Formats: sequence, C-alpha cells, structure tokens
Amino acid sequence: MYLTDKEQKMLNGEEGYAVKKSMEILVALGDIYGAERLIKVGSVQVAGVSYHNLGDAGLEFLNELAKDGRVKVLTTLNPAGMDLENWKNLGIDAEFAEKQNLVIDAFRKMGIIISCTCTPYLIGNLPRYGEHVAWSESSAVTFANSVIGAKTNREGGPSALAAAFVGKTPCYGLHLDENRVPDVHVKVTASLNKLSDWGALGYCIGKKAENKIPYITGIKDAELDELKSFCASVVTYGSKPLFYMQYITPGSENHKAPEEKVTIEDKDIEEAYGKINDETTEIDFVCIGCPHCSIKEIAEIAELLKGRRISPLTEFWVACSRFVKQLADARGYTEIIERAGGKFACDTCMAVAPLKGRFRAVATTSAKGCYYSRQNKMLTKMGSLEECIEAAVSGKWS
Amino acid sequence: MATSQPISFYGGVDPNTGEIIEKGHELQGKSVKGKILVFPTGKGSTVGSYTLYRMKKNGTAPAGIINKECETVVAVGAIISEIPCVDKIDISKIKTGDLIRIENEVVTVQTEGA
Repeated sequence: MYLTDKEQKMLNGEEGYAVKKSMEILVALGDIYGAERLIKVGSVQVAGVSYHNLGDAGLEFLNELAKDGRVKVLTTLNPAGMDLENWKNLGIDAEFAEKQNLVIDAFRKMGIIISCTCTPYLIGNLPRYGEHVAWSESSAVTFANSVIGAKTNREGGPSALAAAFVGKTPCYGLHLDENRVPDVHVKVTASLNKLSDWGALGYCIGKKAENKIPYITGIKDAELDELKSFCASVVTYGSKPLFYMQYITPGSENHKAPEEKVTIEDKDIEEAYGKINDETTEIDFVCIGCPHCSIKEIAEIAELLKGRRISPLTEFWVACSRFVKQLADARGYTEIIERAGGKFACDTCMAVAPLKGRFRAVATTSAKGCYYSRQNKMLTKMGSLEECIEAAVSGKWS
Repeated sequence: MATSQPISFYGGVDPNTGEIIEKGHELQGKSVKGKILVFPTGKGSTVGSYTLYRMKKNGTAPAGIINKECETVVAVGAIISEIPCVDKIDISKIKTGDLIRIENEVVTVQTEGA
C-alpha cells in the first residue's frame, strides 16, 4: 500500500504508541484486502464497549491506547453493558459496573463522545451522502451505507479505533463504487403492516441474499424506524451491510435491478415469524429498542402504556440513548412509562448487557434482538409494539 | 499444531487455558499455548481480536500464527498482541508435530522425524 511521508512517519512511531499501533492495523488490513492507499474519514463509530465482551484484557488494551491516543475525527460510541447512571435498578452487579466504568473512562480519555448508542445518526453523527466513514456496529453500518448513502466497511472495534486515531481508513471493499453494485434483485410482494414485519423481511432477505447486496423493489413507503429495524435484521441474518430500495434509498436510481431474482411473499414473512418465535406463553422480559428507540417510538410506547400497569412478574425495558431519553423526559413520556412500571435502559441494550440466566422468555419488536437473546438462552417472541405492551402488562403472549 | 479447519477465537477458544473448545472442531480439547498454530483462516466475531490479546496477557497465546488467508479478526488480534503472523502459505504441507521457524516472513518447516 502507498503511504505518504506523513503516514510513514506515523507508522514509524513519530506520533506515539497509539498512532503507531493504529497504522500497523490499517496497513495490515490494507495489505490483506489489496487497498492502494488510505483515505480520510468524516467520522467513526466504535463498537466493542461492553465489559461483558472485552474482559480484563480488552480493558488493558484500551488503557494502553488511551495513554497517548486521541481521536482526530468525530467519534461516537456503541452501547455499553449497562446504563451508566441507572445500572443498579437494572440488576447489574457492582463489580461489573466498576469494570464497565473503567472501560468508559478509557474511551473518554481518548476524546470519544460517550454516546453509547447503536444509532449515532440520531444523535449528531450523521455523515453526508457519499462521505467515507469508518463505522462498526453492523446495524449502523448498514444504515450509513444504505439509507444515508455514506461509504463504510463493517469495522471491528480495534480497526474503528485505529481509523479514529489516524483519521483515515484503507480504501477497499465498500469504499469503492465497483464493490457497491447490487447483485440480487429482491421483489417484495408481501404486505408490511407493523414494525416487526420489517424485521421479518430483513430475516427473509438476509437469508436469501447471503453475503450479497440486495436491490429491493416493490416497497412503496418506509419510515425511519422501519428502515432502522430492517437494517439491523438484514445484516444480522446474512446480507452484506448495504442494500438498495428502489425509489426510497439514495443511489438506487443509479442501478438497475440485477438479473438474479428472488421474491418475498406474505408466506415468507409468516415463515420468518415461525423461525424467529419459540413456543411459550409466559413472558418475563419485554425489551423495545434494538436498534435504540427513536423519540417517535418512545411516544408510541407512552401512548400505549398510559394509565396501565406492567405485570410484577415482567421486566419492561425501553432501550435508547441518553440524548433521546432527555427528549422523552421533556415531553413527559418518561414519567408515563416509569409510572406504569417500565424502566429506561440508556447506554445499553439487550444484545450487549450481561443478561444470560436472568430471564426465561423475551418479547420484542426486533428480529436482531431475538437473535442475540437466543445466545443469552432466552425463548423469543417477536411481534408488534401493541403485542409486546400487552405481554408486558399481562405477563403472557397471546 | 495444524488444522484444515478455520478457527473462531471468540467463543471457540478458552482464553484462560488456550484450549480449543468449539464443538466438533478437529482440535477440540487441544491447547494452542506456546505452539505455532497453523490454520487456513479465522472466522466469527470481531471480538476475537480481543480474545487473542487476552490470551497473550494470560500466557496462553500461540507463539506464532500461519494462515493460508489471513482475515481481519486474526490480523488485528495478532498486531495488537504482537504475535508473529504469516499468511499466503500452502499449509497443506504442514503437519502437527513439525518443527517450524518464522523469521522475517520466511517460514522454515522441518518435518517430524527428519
């Protein structure tokens, strides 16, 4: 890979340890994927924040980088393993909290915004169309590439950090237009009536377009929350972190529908629910917000919970960023939800919190949430927001 | 130690012992600690890079890594842990028990019994 004089000096260690390590990572990745050079990135989203996944060694690595590593571009952070303020109320033990706080301290020292959300585009990390960025967190990567039309590979935690310390990333993969051409035409004839249908659609397309870029036709309209849910699902279940939706996402007008064609019908959506859902009637955990809730979703939750009471046998979480919760506080939604017995889980989510063994069965609107809950040995039920709220109130799925 | 199967460090290897724990893996139950580990490529979660780092700190990491095709997780893991890692090697010629030397990107293999 070609390096400028300045980049070569960074690699030689003239800007310190963190920059040297970062350059080693970027150059190795560039060599593996045949990149010719590094390109500037407009922003970075760093994953690998939960102490649950990092362990002590990960923490030690971050501390070493934090000694002299300072980010050069706008850098935001993925969810942590707990709500940084309200962790006790969510059943997190003190030892875990102490370690998680040390992880956050290291990121803060690096100059990273402690946003702790998988939806950076809702809180001010919003690239422009065509901008190169280096993001990790697969749902956000897919949203950036597809809904915004920015350009990013699916980074891991260390490679995203490396890009932040250097301000650049190797130019390969989805940074190059020739690798952003759709390779399968997905025609959707199924009707999509509720938010979870978009998760089910993501499941179907992810499976049928495994490691491919789908060009989706037949969808007439899509709202932010629906696209957010679809992005999380389609990449979790197998596609590349980029899709085109005709007449809806940017860049779709520049491509033709590929010849290879699959169709998603009503029965496929129904089958997806069958695959995602387990047999269970008792529900002891309901979580909304995978990806993190927008203010509109929280307004809908508050409307459904007004004057109602969540079952004492069920834990109900609204997962969102702290910034979106501040909007909810100001609008009075927080009060309504908490009065009903619900809890806010800011800074964290059902995919990265240490939940194994705590709950038997979860209900959620999210197909991605179901995937990770299964790894936490929970039975899963996916349905509309109304169905999830009913489950929270009655403790049962009907 | 050589295998023809990919390795996932996150979930597939116990960082405390260095033992391969992936069910059904041909190296299941064997420890990679201190060995030159020869496998075609990595797989699985990007958290695997941190697992390699954890193994290095625990003293359970492989002494070196030889891949047919190195991918992101192993490459980043090897860099942050400072484990020598070489790729683009025809690993079908290497067998468990062979003596291997990695020196300046040159890999020398002395077959067992030779």
